[in-house]
Amino acid sequence: MALGKEHPLHGRRKRSNLMLGAVLGGFVALVFAITIVKMAGGNSMEGYDHTIRYSIDPELKATEAE
Amino acid sequence: MSDATVNEYGQDAQFDDYFALLKPRVMSLVVFTAAVGLLVAPVGVNPVIGFASILFIALGAGASGALNMWWDADIDAVMKRTVKRPVPDGRVTPKNAMIMGLWLSVLSVGMLALTANFFAAGLLAFTIFFYAVVYTMFLKRSTPQNIVIGGAAGAFPPMVGWAVATGGVSIESVMMFALIFVWTPPHFWALSLFMNDDYTKAGVPMLTVTHGTRVTRNNILGYTVVLALVALGTAFTSIGGPVYLAVTLVLNALFLRGAIGLWRREDSAAEADKYADERKFFRLSLVYLFAHFAALLVDAALRGFAFMPQLPVVF
Repeated sequence: MALGKEHPLHGRRKRSNLMLGAVLGGFVALVFAITIVKMAGGNSMEGYDHTIRYSIDPELKATEAE
Repeated sequence: MSDATVNEYGQDAQFDDYFALLKPRVMSLVVFTAAVGLLVAPVGVNPVIGFASILFIALGAGASGALNMWWDADIDAVMKRTVKRPVPDGRVTPKNAMIMGLWLSVLSVGMLALTANFFAAGLLAFTIFFYAVVYTMFLKRSTPQNIVIGGAAGAFPPMVGWAVATGGVSIESVMMFALIFVWTPPHFWALSLFMNDDYTKAGVPMLTVTHGTRVTRNNILGYTVVLALVALGTAFTSIGGPVYLAVTLVLNALFLRGAIGLWRREDSAAEADKYADERKFFRLSLVYLFAHFAALLVDAALRGFAFMPQLPVVF
C-alpha cells in the first residue's frame, strides 16, 4: 500500500502537533527564564540530594569541626 | 488498517478541543483577578516571576475546569448552554479529560511552588480541590446553596495572586475574596432565572428549580445589599483609593437598582419581554466585577503620586 498519501486527517493532526510543540517549547523557555531570574536574584539552585552537602548548610560543617 | 483510522476521524480530538476543556473564558477572568491581586500587593514581584505565576494559576483553574467537564459530562449533555463542550459532544473522551485535569493540576501547583512560594501553591491546590471535588462532585447536585459555597472557588484567584507577592493572607486579600464570593450568587441566579429550563432538565438543584423564582428574586436582592457593603468596605482598606471609591459608588447604585427591579418583577412580566431585565442585570454583573478590579489596579498605579488624595484606611 502506498504510503505518503495525505488524508485531511493528517492536515488536522499536523496543526495540533505544531500547536502542542509550540506550547512545550514555550514551557521550556519559561522555565529557563525563571531559572535565570532566580539565579540572578542570588537564590541557591542546590537542594537536598540524599547526602550531606556543606554548600547548602555551612552550619553543619562548623558543628562537625568542633 | 487505514479504514479504522478513517472511521475514527470524526472523533479525532484536536488541540482546540483540549484547550476548550480548560474553560478559556473562565480562565481569562482568573488571569485578570489573579493579576490584580498580585499587582495591588505592597510587595513588588519580578515581572518574569509574576507572569509565570499568573500563567500557572490560570493553568490550575483550567485543570479544575477539565475535571469539572469530566465529572459533569452527563449534565452538560442535556443543557443547551453546555451541550457543545468537548466531552458531551464526543470529541474528547471523559477519561482523557480526567487525565489531563489531574496532570495539569499537579503541574500547575508544583510549578507555582517552585516559581513563587509554597503558600501560594497550597492555596492554588485548595482552590482546585474546592472547585473540582467540593463544588462539582458534592454541592452542585445536592443543594441549592451550590453556587453560594462553590463561589469560593472563583473567589480564590486574587488571594493566590496576593500570596504570590506577599507569601500570606491579609485583610485586603480577604476583601477581594469576599467581593467575588458575594458577587457570585446574584450573578448566577440572574442567569438561572432565564436559563431555568436548562437546570430543571438537567436536575441541577438551582434555587430557581427548588424554591422558585420568587425566592430567587428575594435572594438576589439580599446578596446585592451585602455585596454593596463589602465593595464599599474595600475602598477603605490599603488597596482602596479615590478611583475605586467612585467606581464602586456608581456601580453599586446601578446594581442595587437592577436588583430592586428584579425583586419587584413578577414572572409574567419577565416572560412577556423574554427576561430582558434579567439579561441586562446579568450583563451588568460582568461589568461590575471587571470594573471593580480594574479600578483597584488604577488606584495601585496612581498611588504614590502626590496629586492623588488618599482615603483613610479603616480596615
